Amino acid sequence: MSAGAARGTATEDRAGHERLVAITGMGVKTPVGLDLASFWDGLCSGRSAGGPITAFDTSAHPVTFACEVGADFDVEAYISAKEAAHLDRVTQLGYAAAADAIADAGELGADPARIAVVAGTGVGGLLTLEAQIENFVLKGAMRVSPFLVPMMMSNATAAFIAIRYGFTGPNFSVVTACAAGSNALGEAARLIRAGDADVVIAGGSEASIAPVGLAAFNRMGALSRRKDDPAHASRPFDKDRDGFVMGEGAGFVVLERWDRAVARGARIRGAIAGYGRNTDAHHITAPSPGGEGAVRCMQLALEDAGLTPADIGHVNAHGTSTPLNDASEAEAVVKVFGGSAPPISSVKGATGHLIGAAGAVEAIASVLAMEHASVFPTANHEELDPALAAIDVVSGAPRSLAPAPALSNSFGFGGHNASLVLVPGPGS
Amino acid sequence: MDRSAAFDQVREAAVEVLHVDASAVTEDARFKEDLDADSLALIEFVMALEERFDISVPEEELDGVTKVGQALDLVMAKLAASA
Repeated sequence: MSAGAARGTATEDRAGHERLVAITGMGVKTPVGLDLASFWDGLCSGRSAGGPITAFDTSAHPVTFACEVGADFDVEAYISAKEAAHLDRVTQLGYAAAADAIADAGELGADPARIAVVAGTGVGGLLTLEAQIENFVLKGAMRVSPFLVPMMMSNATAAFIAIRYGFTGPNFSVVTACAAGSNALGEAARLIRAGDADVVIAGGSEASIAPVGLAAFNRMGALSRRKDDPAHASRPFDKDRDGFVMGEGAGFVVLERWDRAVARGARIRGAIAGYGRNTDAHHITAPSPGGEGAVRCMQLALEDAGLTPADIGHVNAHGTSTPLNDASEAEAVVKVFGGSAPPISSVKGATGHLIGAAGAVEAIASVLAMEHASVFPTANHEELDPALAAIDVVSGAPRSLAPAPALSNSFGFGGHNASLVLVPGPGS
Repeated sequence: MDRSAAFDQVREAAVEVLHVDASAVTEDARFKEDLDADSLALIEFVMALEERFDISVPEEELDGVTKVGQALDLVMAKLAASA
């Protein structure tokens, strides 16, 4: 019996496909942890990874801090130095997280032609692009690297995962800014529901803490300016929040058709039960008034899961710590759930904003929360902004919570909204 | 610069750009088969030679260059022309 059936909901989606898509492997590379255990511990500690940027000189920048993955990430544990030299950091992080997820899933035993890869990113290989533009300006057109295009292109991570493992099924990148990680998992689940693949390696990666990237996000007014206290800069839903903190990292999962995961005796860590996605069609960066796009997106995900708002035990917020996003999301959550909204947390207090990796990393955080029967606190959240709709933000310490379906939100520049409904695995 | 000194430079560039052991870099070494350098890596390698020797190698002159020794020939010809 599937977990969906166990909860008395229909096991088929509107198209007549098995609704649940099993999550049988997970891997992360984040500013608060490079494996699942340290990531979970980092989230539960309530500490933020915000700190001065070490990757480049920020003396000319108004914003000088971010949440970096740091020097403990050793790409050569995964690929050779020669391979790494021709992969942007966004692909190095993404590949490493995917390799961890694949190892976590155990022996897949699937036809490689039935294994797909869907990889999200917001920006792609920005560090490479910036370095090569500098080459072009300083040294001329004939000094631009022949590897610029394959390193920069947003589909490089999906391609490299396939090349290394020989997975020849559907393979593409999802590029929906801050929603890309959630869109990648959702579209991957659709591939499985539709019968287009038996297994999908799905996730997101981002490495856009680059000189021009940092300057550009700052010029939008999107970033926190709390340079004297970067460890407390990312503070979702808090009254003193003033912008998001750039983060980098990756999260990948292995998704499988439910029946084959059961048949091979896989450890089913959780499942994707529902996926909603839509677009504000309003403004290139600002959310639609009243959070209308987000409201509809969450409702679509619940409908797709065959669940009602009352079934949801936890909302894993997009919660970027920008004044506008958090206000809009709080309003949208209250509209969807009414006065009895479940507890809500944001991963971004701890990790900063992982842009195109955020949704994937956060879905993994939701599955870990179910496994631990506990939800993580929102780092740096001290006092709910009184101007926001009344929501119950988990802060300070983890909160015990019986495993229940969770809703994980991502809302991207461009007006892209994506929500996932995740349900506990049989073991949770 | 004599051929031997130039070869040392070429070998250093190969080690740096192609990530191969210095011992693998001989005049007979084939870029593709012996040094695992595809067409993009070859372009990157030639770019490194251009910088080291302060020469310019038009792409059409790379046609038929498959071995390290041929690349060295090209470098020597460019150095002679600019001397």
